[in-house]
Amino acid sequence: MTDFPWLTLAIALPAVGAAAVASLPRERIETAKRVTLGATVATLLVVAVMAAQFTPAGAERLQFTEVYPWIPRFGVNYAVGVDGIALVLILMSAVLVPLVVLAAWRENDDTPDGGKGYFALILLLEAMMIGVFAAADVFLFYVFFEAMLIPVYFMIGRYGRGDQRRAAAVKFLLFSLLGGLLMLVSVIGVYVYGGTFLWSELVGSESALAGIDPMTARWLFLGFFVAFAIKAPMWPVHSWLPAAAGSSRPGTAVLLVGVLDKVGTYGMLRYCLEMFPGAATWFIWPVVVLSLVSIVYGAILAIAQSDMMRLIAYTSVSHFGFITLGVFVMTSQGQSGAALYMVNHGFATGALFLVVGFLVARQGSTAIADYRGVQSRAPVLAGVFLVSGLAGLALPGLSPFVSEFLVFIGTYAFHPVPAIIASIGVVLAALYILWMYQRTMTGPLPEGLSRLRDLSPRETLAVAPLIALLVVFGVYPQPLLDVVNPAVEATMQSVGATDPEPAIGEAETTAEGDHE
Amino acid sequence: MMSSAQLMAAPAITQNPPEIDYWLLSPMLVVFGAAVIGVLIEAFVPTARRRAVQLGLALAAVGAAFVLTILITGSLPEGEAGVGVAFGSVAVDPVSVFLQGTVLVLGFISLLLIAENRSGESAFAAQAAAVPGSEEEREHVMAGSQHTEVYPLVLFALLGMQLFPAAGDFLTMFVALEVMSLPLYLLCGLARRRRLFSQEAAVKYFLLGSFSSAFFLFGIAMIYGYAGSVSFAEVAAAVDEGGGPLFPDGGGRPLLLLGIGMVAVGLLFKVGAVPFHNWKPDVYQGAPTPITALMASCTLVAAFGALLRVFYVPFGPSAADWAPMLWVVAVLTMVVAAVIAVTQRDIKRLLAYSSVVHAGFVLTAVVAASPEGLAGAMFYLAAYGFTTIGAFAVVTLVRTHENGPEANELSQWAGLGRTSPLLAGSLALFLLAFAGIPLTSGFIGKFAVFEAAMAAGATPLVVVGVLSSAVTAFFYVRIIVLMFFTEPAEGGPIVVRAGAFTGSAIAIGVAATFLLGVFPSPVLDNLVPQPGQQQSESLLSAVEGER
Repeated sequence: MTDFPWLTLAIALPAVGAAAVASLPRERIETAKRVTLGATVATLLVVAVMAAQFTPAGAERLQFTEVYPWIPRFGVNYAVGVDGIALVLILMSAVLVPLVVLAAWRENDDTPDGGKGYFALILLLEAMMIGVFAAADVFLFYVFFEAMLIPVYFMIGRYGRGDQRRAAAVKFLLFSLLGGLLMLVSVIGVYVYGGTFLWSELVGSESALAGIDPMTARWLFLGFFVAFAIKAPMWPVHSWLPAAAGSSRPGTAVLLVGVLDKVGTYGMLRYCLEMFPGAATWFIWPVVVLSLVSIVYGAILAIAQSDMMRLIAYTSVSHFGFITLGVFVMTSQGQSGAALYMVNHGFATGALFLVVGFLVARQGSTAIADYRGVQSRAPVLAGVFLVSGLAGLALPGLSPFVSEFLVFIGTYAFHPVPAIIASIGVVLAALYILWMYQRTMTGPLPEGLSRLRDLSPRETLAVAPLIALLVVFGVYPQPLLDVVNPAVEATMQSVGATDPEPAIGEAETTAEGDHE
Repeated sequence: MMSSAQLMAAPAITQNPPEIDYWLLSPMLVVFGAAVIGVLIEAFVPTARRRAVQLGLALAAVGAAFVLTILITGSLPEGEAGVGVAFGSVAVDPVSVFLQGTVLVLGFISLLLIAENRSGESAFAAQAAAVPGSEEEREHVMAGSQHTEVYPLVLFALLGMQLFPAAGDFLTMFVALEVMSLPLYLLCGLARRRRLFSQEAAVKYFLLGSFSSAFFLFGIAMIYGYAGSVSFAEVAAAVDEGGGPLFPDGGGRPLLLLGIGMVAVGLLFKVGAVPFHNWKPDVYQGAPTPITALMASCTLVAAFGALLRVFYVPFGPSAADWAPMLWVVAVLTMVVAAVIAVTQRDIKRLLAYSSVVHAGFVLTAVVAASPEGLAGAMFYLAAYGFTTIGAFAVVTLVRTHENGPEANELSQWAGLGRTSPLLAGSLALFLLAFAGIPLTSGFIGKFAVFEAAMAAGATPLVVVGVLSSAVTAFFYVRIIVLMFFTEPAEGGPIVVRAGAFTGSAIAIGVAATFLLGVFPSPVLDNLVPQPGQQQSESLLSAVEGER
């Protein structure tokens, strides 16, 4: 059964769905919505069935591999395959997309085509998101990495909110293209120096890139890293994200921040580290410093925001700082934490954006000042908001806590100072989340909000799975860790990094062991 | 191998006339014959039926020439670079055949655009000789006069473009240059609307073009002085040995360098590289849009074909001399044109500057001086040709009002994506291909040229290239913003219904842009030189195997 092309099916299904939705006439928008939902749910099922067959440990690193020559002239293959990290990210994407479709069911009724184009773009984007995580060929990865900008660009520019959406869409595209083009230089460099694009031949001790000059490797690393840092986004190349998220429909923002930005951190882990281990080691400290700046800077700016969408976007800048920190401290706890963080952040931020989206659907505003005392009128909505917010600040019992804690352990083992600085981010997180909650949800209900409805069944259905996942993986993260850890160990091995021996006593060691 | 003395010995040729392999020349002969017949048609066929006859003849000739081009690939000898026909003055090798085929296909599509005749109104002036705005002009317009001379002129231009990249010596190349350019000068001045603009463009193009031709010719004289021959093979041999028969001690180097420089000026003018690019925006803007499409696609292919041949064959051995010059030109071209393009407000001018930037990208592959560079440039040119014709075809359809002139002001294009999604979608695809987004032909082309440049050690050029790509993306994206994200303005442009001709030109452009982007392998594996092949195996440099 492993010969079955699961990944190709998971990529093709939404792509075909996108074509079907796009070809439906404008009047049949309700059919279009059902087709979209059907295609995304079918994709989720395919991915779930595939995941059930995944062998976490003791098997080949990349599973469900398919390799077909595509452009032999440039050594390009259509090669896909997943390890544990890619698998959980694909799962996360496949879970988020149907929920976004549900949440966006009525969001676009006022656009000229009733949102038909929007749903087609979501499907197209899903195909590319799965493709980018599944790619096992650097060229193929690049193709998906760049091509997925186009649907998002249209989703923001054409279906976004507010007057700034055009500028935001252009800013998003230009930032991403600039990074992507710099990465293109490195992609070409990989081929020129390595002679192949197959990821499996470019990593490990037998890597085709093993013999290259360290200086060249550093430049190639930088090309990839800058693209991923822009995507992630990392300070100082983060400024497109608040603009883009602030002008997006909340559904777009979920996919943008929840999934697309993960491609950046995933790329660092999978491509930067493993293809250029020497260069990655050389760049540890600069990246750690940038991560710390992102953590603190993102958090401070989040506090200062008056718009909820922008606020969540800045919290993500802070959270992505934790992820890159975890990736680059080169300890297994750090990287496991980072991989887990990517998934958990997708669920937590996704839920937050969706709740803000429900508010927008009711009042048409994302400004914090426009809301007050929502709790008393819409307790379920407020409750969901609180839970997802608490997940965002990594409250124990909710899944982001596990990942953040692992990142801290990993960082501390690497060096105590960064861990201490990063902890500022945790304190500030409590401030921005709780203050936003306090300003919007508590207090007396103003006159203008007295007709506010609570969550409808459709909306509840869209957000409940996320809350459930946050709680389940918060209490019992082991299944995720079991899938992720072998991949992290393999990564550590190809980077040639080993966990530092714990410096203090026996007790510390067992404490760490518990979390593995 | 013939010595220059033999070549110069005229009596030997007159006494033993060379056997010419007419079969290998048949694609050019067909086009030439049709062009001559076209002139006769002007004289003998009644006015009312001229257009149909001319158009039928032109399309048939270009189509037949393309079929012949495919057929003669079977006649090329195995394992050799190619054949030098007519004393080596025409090189028939895989590269020239590919470029000729490309020129013919693109020429065919351009002819479709040229032929578009909407309610008796073509893109060309009713009577070019009439003073713009005069009573005489009005009479001709009312009478529905047409310039059917356009078709033979285009055929002559295409003949020049076929010969230009296939020339085997400098003189043939010069003749081809003139055969290609003279009809184009004329065609530029034939626009139906804004005729003064058009005439200005024609004069400008003519003056600057003649100027550059003079440079080219002067360069040839220098090279002849250095090598004692104009044949590419013998110049290459002389350059390789460090001096021709006149300068056995190597003292002719200044002549060679001057010659390379001046020939380069002539060729770089034709491809429109900075600092020889100034004609492009004016000419592209003023010329009738179908002619602009012809120039932007076919002329660029032919000119780059000639450039590649000159720098790879006769000047190949002295790559170290010309590579620094081309580095500078390539960087200037990519940077200057991209920056200027940002400020453009007219779609045709913008596409002109974009064409200059793309010339810069192709130059990075020329600098590589390798089979990969050759292949990359060839693929890029073919891919770019289809896309750019499609883009100009879209331009011809967007008018200020029904039966009005083209709406070339970008600001007039607001909201086009709302009113004509299919047309705007096609243009968006072309623009994304120009920007080099994956899954379009533009990306594969860019990858091919940059890969060749980087493999040849020109990494800084590639970095400049991608940065310039990022700048160009800005203005391509801006057009998409205008079309899709902006509300249609009051009194916005009218999109006239695409006729069968224009419609098929756009459809071919879309199909080629997409197919070459997703399945480029048939072209990359079969039609362009393969890596590891020696340069001499793909580009004919020796006169051996002469027929």
